[in-house]
Amino acid sequence: MIKFSEIKKSLLISIWFMFLTFPIIVIRVNPTEKIIEWRWHNIMLVGIGSFFISYIWRYFLERKELGEQKAKAGEEAKISVIRKTLSNPQNFKPAMIAVGVLAVVFPFVFSIYQTNIMITALMYVMLGLGLNIVVGLAGLLDLGYVAFYAVGAYSYALLNYHFGIGFWTALPIGGALAAIFGIILGFPVLRLRGDYLAIVTLGFGEIIRIILENWNEFSFGPSGIANIPRPGFLGMKLSLEYSIIYMYFLMIGLTLFTIFVVNRLQDSRIGRAWIALREDEVACQAMGIDKTKTKLTAFSLGATWAGMVGVIFAAKTTFINPASFTVWESIIILCIVVLGGMGSVVGVIVGAFILMLLPEYLIAFSDYRMLIFGAILVTMMVFRPGGIISTVRRTYQFKDETSERKN
Amino acid sequence: MGLILEVKNMTKDFGGLRALDRLDIDVAEGEIVALIGPNGAGKTTFFNCITGIYAPTQGDVLVTPYGKKQERINGLKPNHVTEKGLARTFQNIRLFANMTVLENVMIGRHCRSSSGILGAIFRNRKTVSEEKKIVKDSYTILEKIGLTTYVNEFAKNLPYGAQRRLEIARAMATDPFLLLLDEPAAGMNVRETEELDELIVRIRDEEQISILLIEHDMKLVMSLSDRIFVMDYGKKIAQGAPAEIQNDPVVIKAYLGEDIDA
Ligand SMILES: Nc1ncnc2c1ncn2[C@@H]1O[C@H](COP(=O)(O)OP(=O)(O)O)[C@@H](O)[C@H]1O
Ligand SMILES: [Mg+2]
Repeated sequence: MIKFSEIKKSLLISIWFMFLTFPIIVIRVNPTEKIIEWRWHNIMLVGIGSFFISYIWRYFLERKELGEQKAKAGEEAKISVIRKTLSNPQNFKPAMIAVGVLAVVFPFVFSIYQTNIMITALMYVMLGLGLNIVVGLAGLLDLGYVAFYAVGAYSYALLNYHFGIGFWTALPIGGALAAIFGIILGFPVLRLRGDYLAIVTLGFGEIIRIILENWNEFSFGPSGIANIPRPGFLGMKLSLEYSIIYMYFLMIGLTLFTIFVVNRLQDSRIGRAWIALREDEVACQAMGIDKTKTKLTAFSLGATWAGMVGVIFAAKTTFINPASFTVWESIIILCIVVLGGMGSVVGVIVGAFILMLLPEYLIAFSDYRMLIFGAILVTMMVFRPGGIISTVRRTYQFKDETSERKN
Repeated sequence: MGLILEVKNMTKDFGGLRALDRLDIDVAEGEIVALIGPNGAGKTTFFNCITGIYAPTQGDVLVTPYGKKQERINGLKPNHVTEKGLARTFQNIRLFANMTVLENVMIGRHCRSSSGILGAIFRNRKTVSEEKKIVKDSYTILEKIGLTTYVNEFAKNLPYGAQRRLEIARAMATDPFLLLLDEPAAGMNVRETEELDELIVRIRDEEQISILLIEHDMKLVMSLSDRIFVMDYGKKIAQGAPAEIQNDPVVIKAYLGEDIDA
């Protein structure tokens, strides 16, 4: 399928690319010896590389469009392999058992280091599922999610510092405080949508971080708060190793709890209202849904999870400072939701594991982590905008459905 | 029978443009009333002003739900207008594209049900039975509209005519006493339009829902309506029974595009 016009386009792109990258790729100034080095061979590599990438890109794009046309023409849409394996009940049970067994034996088989990574991954699963309520279900692009994470972490750290409040009491308090912050943030942005909402929430996230950094009397500024206790087991203090294993199982439990709640929410009256709001705000209101209430519940329920994970984060690292709550965190959590599949619980879990575990195990690539993130996201948006696993809506069975089909 | 909708002196300005100009329109219980007029006459704007999507510059909207006291509803938010019993469809279809057909209708039941977050999480008995009832009621409406073949289909995958009917089903799910239909036959073929004609009469007769519709298909308008209001440039230029409207020289002029002020 080599078309001349395609080659021509790719050729043009590669020339344009060579031109753009020329100053940084070819010229190297050596200021001490005052000479300019011309590295012409580099430009050849850039040219050839961009030509092939652009050609492959166009090839896949064309194939994708062809596929869409076929689907429109009424041919049976191909169901993805992932979806097929997932929806097959015969595969479902053994897979669940396998995951369950792996989850239970994990900390005993693998090292403490690995268990720690797993705890972090599970934390991001929870964060992803929480943000999924706001972004995936209610369609509110929130870039300040990390603010609620910070609220949770600081509420445990400060409550513990001043009043000696323990982890288990702080967990619901952190969640509740974050929920209140969610409502406080929700009010001023009720009228905003899309990009505008994203920018304002981004600002809000930064404001919280800057306050924490500068209000020394309250938050101890950039030096942060240390010696935050790990969760104790029935009042006992655990050794480091046991405490990590304990946190691991705690995270497994909390993650299951999150999945349970989010699953129930999204097929409820409230969950449907969120999705309707995402799909069409005007129609949603015209169908009798209170926009204000629906948005605020989405913001505050999403924030609750961030608050709880914040408490866990403080307990896990035993030290927090504002540097842990930069806008990067928000963006990574957003990437998890977008990559996994907006609105899809399984998708978000898969997304969190991919984005958290891959960089850990591909240390060689860790310098290029952000670059790879970016490339993956752009590719995903073009070829699979629904995410790795796109949402399925609940189907309902009716007894007389088949007889109805006739008329 | 009494009036269920009375719009008095409705005016709407968009900056310098007067889209609605001192409009008086009413609908009586059990009527099918049509609102016609050339493109840009202000018909959709009129719907938006009654349903709370726009705030009218001036004027009153008074509704009298069947057997209840008259109330002013201008200034209410769209969702509260819907709660009062006015439901609408949109000229450019506004379904919830990525929700199933059944879920679209279930959204209509939202304002007639009450379970909240805690109910959703704990699934207590009240929530479960309410949810069951929402599903059952929604399915019943789909049966009436004849969309049960598509129950679990995404709304965006429906054929055009079915999407228009789904909008009607969704609006009916809010338990209205008055249904506002904005060009329900737009884009439909002859057979679909005939089915729509039947459907609208059936909604009026069997569900006791009165109807106010905007429509360009004159055959449909003439066969359906008890009364017709004609608008041009935001003003009401005629009103009456179909036979009167058909022969009204002012209406004919407006439709032929001549300057009516001359
Ligand atoms: N939101 C708006 N802002 C400014 N002008 C509007 C707006 N909505 C409608 N209009 C104007 O009001 C007039 C009436 O429009 P519309 O109600 O859509 O007409 P119809 O439904 O009768 O075809 C048109 O001139 C239109 O351009
Ligand atoms: Mg219109």
